[in-house]
Amino acid sequence: MDRKVDVAVIGGGPAGLAAALKAHEAGARQVLVMERDSYPGGILQQCIHNGFGLHYFGEELTGPEYAQRFVDQVEHTDGIEVMLDTMVLSVSPDRVVTAVGKAGLITVQAGAVVLAMGCRERTRGALGIAGTRPAGVYTAGCAQRLVNMEGMMPGRRVVVLGSGDIGLIMARRMVWEGAKVEMVCELMPYSSGLNRNIVQCLEDNGIPLYFNTTVVEIHGQERVEGVTVAEVDPATRAPKMETARFVPCDTLLLSVGLIPENELTKGTGADMDPVTSGAVVDAARQTTAEGIFACGNVLHVHDLVDNVSREAAIAGENAAKYALGKLNKAETVRVMAQGGVRYVVPQRLVKGEGKAELYFRVGAAFKPARLTISCAERVLVSKKKLVMTPGEMEKAEIDLSQVDGDVTVRVEEG
Amino acid sequence: MKKEFVCIACPVGCRLTVWDEGGEVKVAGNTCPRGKAYGVQEFTAPMRTVTSSAPVKHGDQAMCSVKTDAPVPKDKVPDVLRAIRMIQIKAPVKVGECVLRDVAGTGANVVATRRVRDKKR
Amino acid sequence: MYDVVVIGAGVVGCAIARQLSKYKIRVAVLEAKVDVAMGASRANSAIVHAGYDCKPGTNMARVNVAGNAMYDEWCRDLCVPLKRVGSLVAAFSEEEMEQVKKLRDYGEKNGVPGLAILTREEALDKQPGLSPEVVGALWAPTGAITCPYEMTIACAENAHDNGVEFYFDFLAEKITTLRDAVEVESDKNVLFRSRYVVNAAGVHADEISRLMGDDSFTISGRKGEYILLDREASGFVQRVVFQAPGPLGKGVLVSPTVDGNAFIGPTAVDDSGKEDTSVTQAGVDALKRAGVRSMPQVPANRPITAFAGIRAIPSTGDFILGQSKANPRLIQAAGICSPGLSSAPAIAVETVESLRRAGLNLVERGDFNPVRKKEKPFRAMTQEERAAAVEKDPRYGRVICRCETVTEAEIAAAIERTLGKATLDGVKRRTRAGMGRCQGGFCAPRVMELIEKYGGIPMEKITKNGGASKMIVGRTRQEEK
Repeated sequence: MDRKVDVAVIGGGPAGLAAALKAHEAGARQVLVMERDSYPGGILQQCIHNGFGLHYFGEELTGPEYAQRFVDQVEHTDGIEVMLDTMVLSVSPDRVVTAVGKAGLITVQAGAVVLAMGCRERTRGALGIAGTRPAGVYTAGCAQRLVNMEGMMPGRRVVVLGSGDIGLIMARRMVWEGAKVEMVCELMPYSSGLNRNIVQCLEDNGIPLYFNTTVVEIHGQERVEGVTVAEVDPATRAPKMETARFVPCDTLLLSVGLIPENELTKGTGADMDPVTSGAVVDAARQTTAEGIFACGNVLHVHDLVDNVSREAAIAGENAAKYALGKLNKAETVRVMAQGGVRYVVPQRLVKGEGKAELYFRVGAAFKPARLTISCAERVLVSKKKLVMTPGEMEKAEIDLSQVDGDVTVRVEEG
Repeated sequence: MKKEFVCIACPVGCRLTVWDEGGEVKVAGNTCPRGKAYGVQEFTAPMRTVTSSAPVKHGDQAMCSVKTDAPVPKDKVPDVLRAIRMIQIKAPVKVGECVLRDVAGTGANVVATRRVRDKKR
Repeated sequence: MYDVVVIGAGVVGCAIARQLSKYKIRVAVLEAKVDVAMGASRANSAIVHAGYDCKPGTNMARVNVAGNAMYDEWCRDLCVPLKRVGSLVAAFSEEEMEQVKKLRDYGEKNGVPGLAILTREEALDKQPGLSPEVVGALWAPTGAITCPYEMTIACAENAHDNGVEFYFDFLAEKITTLRDAVEVESDKNVLFRSRYVVNAAGVHADEISRLMGDDSFTISGRKGEYILLDREASGFVQRVVFQAPGPLGKGVLVSPTVDGNAFIGPTAVDDSGKEDTSVTQAGVDALKRAGVRSMPQVPANRPITAFAGIRAIPSTGDFILGQSKANPRLIQAAGICSPGLSSAPAIAVETVESLRRAGLNLVERGDFNPVRKKEKPFRAMTQEERAAAVEKDPRYGRVICRCETVTEAEIAAAIERTLGKATLDGVKRRTRAGMGRCQGGFCAPRVMELIEKYGGIPMEKITKNGGASKMIVGRTRQEEK
């Protein structure tokens, strides 16, 4: 064993940095952050647009600025070490972290581990779009890095598939760098992106957004020469080939979903949630692998980085407690998604005192929506909301003293 | 003349109708005061914050992200972008450091939004 | 003056080049594209067939069985993965069972060792998860899996180490046969003069042949589409699982790859043209159905990519090998469809013999080195080996492709080894960088930087796969650089 630390944090993006700070604040003396990139900050470094931090800092920041706030704090905290250019290769169930960097192979015995590796983008291959495999098909995030951080243009005539926020932001970005964006296609009848982005990224720049529309084929042997887009049947999502039309372009940007990057998590033996593609955690964000915690987009894909920072603080604090022997093992109950709810995090709760915040997402838009959280016959929360959409993470607080069995979270129209 | 907007103040996305009635701007379709404020602003003087990135000389990064430190009139955005394209930043630069004053006559400054250090030897 | 020019740097051309490099002769390989393995050799089933499905007495049957037997030695010397996992041909009816028995008879005539007809239970025992509707199967223990582009790259590198010259971006456009030599001229007016030409031009072999006055055959393209499955979902299949053959090739198979993935494929689209490698929705749907027929649990909903290759189908129905009757300076290795990969080593040996018979003086050189070394991939190393590797070269400490754990040291080596021009797909084929779940979403910009750094190709000129497949169209700030 090369070294021992109280808390090892895997990933130096927004989740990892916030978890490290909170772990240190909660009493962990030695906190080690391992980051594969050459700079801390994770994906925020390339998210140069603004709109971050309204909830957490009460002001509007760009991604790099939001990240820098945490980087500054970490740099001024003696007990936190950030190892850059360091790729973690494995985390064992007994919390031995193996990593590789310029300095060589490192093994670290951690009192507690916080998993904060983030997520990756769904690809063309996973989507199974037919056609050729030319250059010019990029995930939106890859293009974002090229344009914003490396100053390179992936193309000049663009079709964007997927109207999530990254797709919308990149549509504007490409226009602002002189490209023509022909259209944004969205398979669903609604966008999972913010209205603000639809207005300021698309409408401001005259970019059409087509709902119930997808790319069915990619053309071009060497470089993309165009795509075939078609409307889909709103019920089955199957393309209606009679509506197919060819759209000339040299670039297809894909913004078709994010997937938590959990290869390391699986090595710990932690139970996984098939819906979130992240680990199953309790309110402390502890996975079923003892002493191993998870937060941020590796746990479930968040809508706002502000929520990532909050969740990371919970994980960091409890990781410190665990490492210091102050987190007691307790029996848990399950939290279950019902009705329109796709998933709830945490998926487990410890019975007892205090409050717990439940984060969840709905699987379709509800206008208006009625939320009911109950434990057996007892209704813990019942409230109405004007709208709930799949793009937004919802939050509700429950009183743990009322919990004596499994909890259900339900959303219905009404 | 009436104008239609989708409110961006929150995810509800109310459809706003905004018009001028004898010098007073009226908003309909909103469900909260924030929606009204947005409607009035968007009708009278829509503003946008511009973000981009600029090349860095001698930096440990090829590009440095930048933004206008205040929203600029929407119709000035193309001018602001054109001005930003001419910027070249010399490392080192700190977050918040001004790299272009009074961009395109808007009164807003362009500031760096990331730290770029000197290139490591 | 060359003794031999080989036209085409696919697996057949490169295997021939390697075999020729054992002799004291001057050899050049001319390739139209930017890299080796740019045609069928980069997109096929990656199977070393046992040799039971070729009609007895054909060229195919002879070189398939002989080639299969040579694979162990070639792969060992060339550091190419080979797994003798064995293959099954599953029959779903008594009629199909008759066909399967016919394959056994073919196989026995062709000299395929170890063939056995299995009962349903025996088949299920060999490959758990096989459809319960299977009535029986043919078992061929010599069926194996390998990596076709790795084989091609390895043959080329080994040939090059032994003195063979490689020229890329050379599209042969005019070939003049003189009294004692042949002149091959490219579209860019580069000229090679050689005593003999070996035609290993894949789908374009008929065009090359015609340029030399031999129009005795034509080649048509037959597209084969594949779905590659996520490694995490790929543990379900251990053997190469065929279905009883239809009129178009060997039918859809389900197979593991040497890299731990599994795939379903190929489809067979006849007369698909020679260049169109597009994947169709209909093809993918057909593959999923066929995959489920063989193995109901096949995780067809976990693809990481789909791709297609074009097989060179000869009008003669058999591989066209040996000296051309129309032009004695032309040695054919044409019409090499399936089982071309399996046959490549044997085709190489036979081609050398044809050259000898045609009059080429072949004297073995004393210093031929059959071994092509490749460093062990970082992902396959033990902890101790990894520690030692980083100690020796710190670039092993920089992981570029996170999905497949590929380091800068490996990518640098691959770029430096590339005989043609380094491309993104070329690096991918040599190192697996970009072949994992994110399909290069994270590492593509990093790999491009390394191609610039080690390959000396400026960012704006880096391609995915040669030609016009540029990755970027320029800088956002043109005044920079």
